[in-house]
Amino acid sequence: MTEFSHIGTERPRPEAADKVGGKALYVSDISRPGMLFGQIKFSEHAHARIKRIDTSAASSLPGVRAVITGDDVPELRYGFLRDNVALKTGKVRQFRDEVAAVAAISPEIAQRAVELIRIDYEPLPGVFSPDEALADGAPLVHEKDSRGNPITSNVMPIRCVHHSGDLETAKTASAFVSEGEYSVPRIQQACLGPAGCIAEFDLDGNLTVTAKTQIPFLAQRDFTNALQALGLTGRNARVVVPSIGGAFGSGLDTHGYEYIAILLAWKTAKPVKMQYSRKEEFSYLSPRQSAQFMIRQGCDDEGKLTFREIEVTQDNGAYGSWGATYPNVMLVAATSLYRVPVISFDSTIVYTNNTYCQAMRGYGNPEVTWAIESSIDELAEKAGIDPYEMRMINANEPGDLTPMGLDLETCGLRECLEITADRLNWAETRGSGRRRRRGLGMASLINVGGGGKIYRSDGSGIILKLDDFGNVNVSYGGVEMGQGLYSALTLMISESLGVKPESVFINQTDTATAPWDVGTHASRGAFMAGNAAIGAATKLRERIFAAAEDVYPDEVERSLARLGEEIGPDEYDYRSVTRDQFDLKDGWLHVPEAPDRPWLRVELGRLLRAVHFSEEGGKGTTFTEESFYEPPTELPDWEKGYGNMSANYSFGVQGVEVEVDTDTGEVTILRVVAVTDIGRALSLQALKGQMYGGIAQGVGYALYEEIKTEDGRILNPGFVDYKLPTAADLNFPIELEFVETNDPTGPFGAKGAGEPGIVPTAPAIANAVYDAVGVRIHDLPLTPEKVLTALQEQNA
Amino acid sequence: MAIGLSFQLNGFLVNVDVEPHLRLLDLLRVVLGETGTKEACGEGECGACTVLVDGRAVNSCLFLAGEVGGTTVTTIEGLTDANGGLSSVQKAFVEMGGAQCGFCTPGMVMMAVALLAENPHPSEAEIRLALTGNLCRCTGYVQIVESIKEAARSSLAARR
Repeated sequence: MTEFSHIGTERPRPEAADKVGGKALYVSDISRPGMLFGQIKFSEHAHARIKRIDTSAASSLPGVRAVITGDDVPELRYGFLRDNVALKTGKVRQFRDEVAAVAAISPEIAQRAVELIRIDYEPLPGVFSPDEALADGAPLVHEKDSRGNPITSNVMPIRCVHHSGDLETAKTASAFVSEGEYSVPRIQQACLGPAGCIAEFDLDGNLTVTAKTQIPFLAQRDFTNALQALGLTGRNARVVVPSIGGAFGSGLDTHGYEYIAILLAWKTAKPVKMQYSRKEEFSYLSPRQSAQFMIRQGCDDEGKLTFREIEVTQDNGAYGSWGATYPNVMLVAATSLYRVPVISFDSTIVYTNNTYCQAMRGYGNPEVTWAIESSIDELAEKAGIDPYEMRMINANEPGDLTPMGLDLETCGLRECLEITADRLNWAETRGSGRRRRRGLGMASLINVGGGGKIYRSDGSGIILKLDDFGNVNVSYGGVEMGQGLYSALTLMISESLGVKPESVFINQTDTATAPWDVGTHASRGAFMAGNAAIGAATKLRERIFAAAEDVYPDEVERSLARLGEEIGPDEYDYRSVTRDQFDLKDGWLHVPEAPDRPWLRVELGRLLRAVHFSEEGGKGTTFTEESFYEPPTELPDWEKGYGNMSANYSFGVQGVEVEVDTDTGEVTILRVVAVTDIGRALSLQALKGQMYGGIAQGVGYALYEEIKTEDGRILNPGFVDYKLPTAADLNFPIELEFVETNDPTGPFGAKGAGEPGIVPTAPAIANAVYDAVGVRIHDLPLTPEKVLTALQEQNA
Repeated sequence: MAIGLSFQLNGFLVNVDVEPHLRLLDLLRVVLGETGTKEACGEGECGACTVLVDGRAVNSCLFLAGEVGGTTVTTIEGLTDANGGLSSVQKAFVEMGGAQCGFCTPGMVMMAVALLAENPHPSEAEIRLALTGNLCRCTGYVQIVESIKEAARSSLAARR
């Protein structure tokens, strides 16, 4: 067992003091001299032709500096299918569509001006569900693709399938088969800090965007394309990331409001701030996709899984964001949660006139795990096998190569299952609470833990720069959004370089200073940053030790003089220490084989200053090193659904005890046990925070949350009608345990830990409800109404 | 018609003229530039804008600025001492991981201060009840509750 000085400790997050003191600056807190306030005129129809836009009244309102429509400005096209534009012309396809925008000297004037914009529409019939969108003769959301080629259906051009093994033979050979339809609703990321940005140009046409983003470098590329469209080819787009009030996937794409801020800043030559209200956040940002599943799973007489067949249909809404690629991530669990020899996975993503969807934590995994883990319990019951035993029989093992080609070098699933069952006293308790309407349920998870390759590079760079005082300034392109990236990165740098955590200073994320990074998603932040940091720290240590060879003897003598010490002839020969004999720990250079004497230790800042001010002018040495880490992964072939997309895989199990009120249908959670294989705990405080927070979101997904829409209009755009779990709702113990499998690809053995918490919570709860009262709910959330209806049907 | 206001803000006297419809939140953030208090919903549902008026926790998004004349208002900026030293409640939030993204944190801390002033030794259930109006999306509240328990413990220890 390796002994670490800092890894695995509860050290508080480095930016904690500013956050608890109200000093951390979010977009909403930042002002620029001369700044204007932008406001967007959104569509008033889910699907309509724009006949006429009258901006005259808005333009003549005092304090208004610009009013723009799609007819006044160059087209800024975005989205990975290039199917979206900043300001719509011709027709609107959703209520989120941006039709016009205003910049004014105050938010109030901008709001009033937007209300004065008059738009004549010719309403068109819309499609508001996959069924409607796929019906014969359904109205088309898009008539043409980005190249102008005609489109003939609402099915999005995104293919993601997997077929391995002989499905029909496996079905026939199965002793037991479970079959069911499951669904999950749209939910909101519901970041407490609403979306916003500030765009500004210098007088040479260079752009700076202060953005609430998880993808500073991909945003830089998108904004550079926008500059090109504005005739500013060759100008620089810089993305600066302020404190982020939660993101959970909402920052994984660039947004219409950002392009509109750029257009308004370009038109007015002033900084323009765009700040969403809560209502706008709910109505005009993009939620998590809903999904409908058909799932069949089979097993033999002993409970060994024989096949898994999944068909998923998703209502994407009107435009493509990265959220349209949820099935890519669903494949991980669909093919590789438990050992399943035969897999069939098909996905259909459709355009509708609902608000378009985007990423949220887990990105398809909580959705597909809802179907798989509910269905596993149904299959176990058919086979007469305890659900825990069923999972143990089929648990993945270290070294498995799954049907998708995922290389499970380390896998702690079996241990997670055992610990969960033990903590819940599963063998004695499950199945015995029916009289008290209490029940136990569990569900497992697999999640990418070593990046998730969806672009040709899944890499991250880092720069470590030591100053003359032994402080490390870190430039990293990943984003701290509350998850604890900086907590983990601080500890990994202090551990790998040999400095105190308080000597590590992470710079604000800025594309002008940080090396390229693909984005903070897929639980990859700490994994990537850590591996890159270890690479840079290794080089930096070599550089320090090489320089120390020259200055160490003088520094020892200075220390001796300072301490007034005289040393005898048999003392350690500090004059002939070579670079390979040094070590650096907690900011002190020392020689491990030498006796422990105060004069033989040199403080790092003193050493660096000695080099810097040496007679040879520092010998041309800077103490800055960079490193780029590209994980050993494959970009999957989505036509086959095959490829080892992550360097490692996190596993986990959540067990839940519930009580169901059979008079009201209300589900009360009594206890959650979450055991997770995260490879290694890096920052224990941040890791626990990720797990608690993920589970809380999982409980919201399971019991409360749903965006309700009617003909494309969101009916509950605020916290009054959209229920987030409160501190009083979550009044049950959450018991965390971590299984440290020490993955060889992970920094210090760590796997990603950002997403696992939310993944299996909902099916664990639903399985517990089934144990308690014998009803199986197929559609999230498990509202009292649904549970009560199911209970009444059970009694009828 | 602007209203002339005089009140104590974080230990200093403030004299300011405000429009009658101005929210206390905007007086603090926009007029006075104290951005520590956050706006996350603007309709009194999330508690991110919680401040103390005469020691009582209020949602500053629902509270008219004109109402604070003659009162003592404390915001998150008022908890730190003149040298930027954190208060005991803030220290507890740091130590116990009570902040993640940090956006709900100033409101959570102010609510915790109000709770502990009224009830120095709250039970977990009392803490959770007090936080019902303060939403957090990051933490699941566990480390926030632990922070408030720690703050109560440390103030008890300090008195002994």
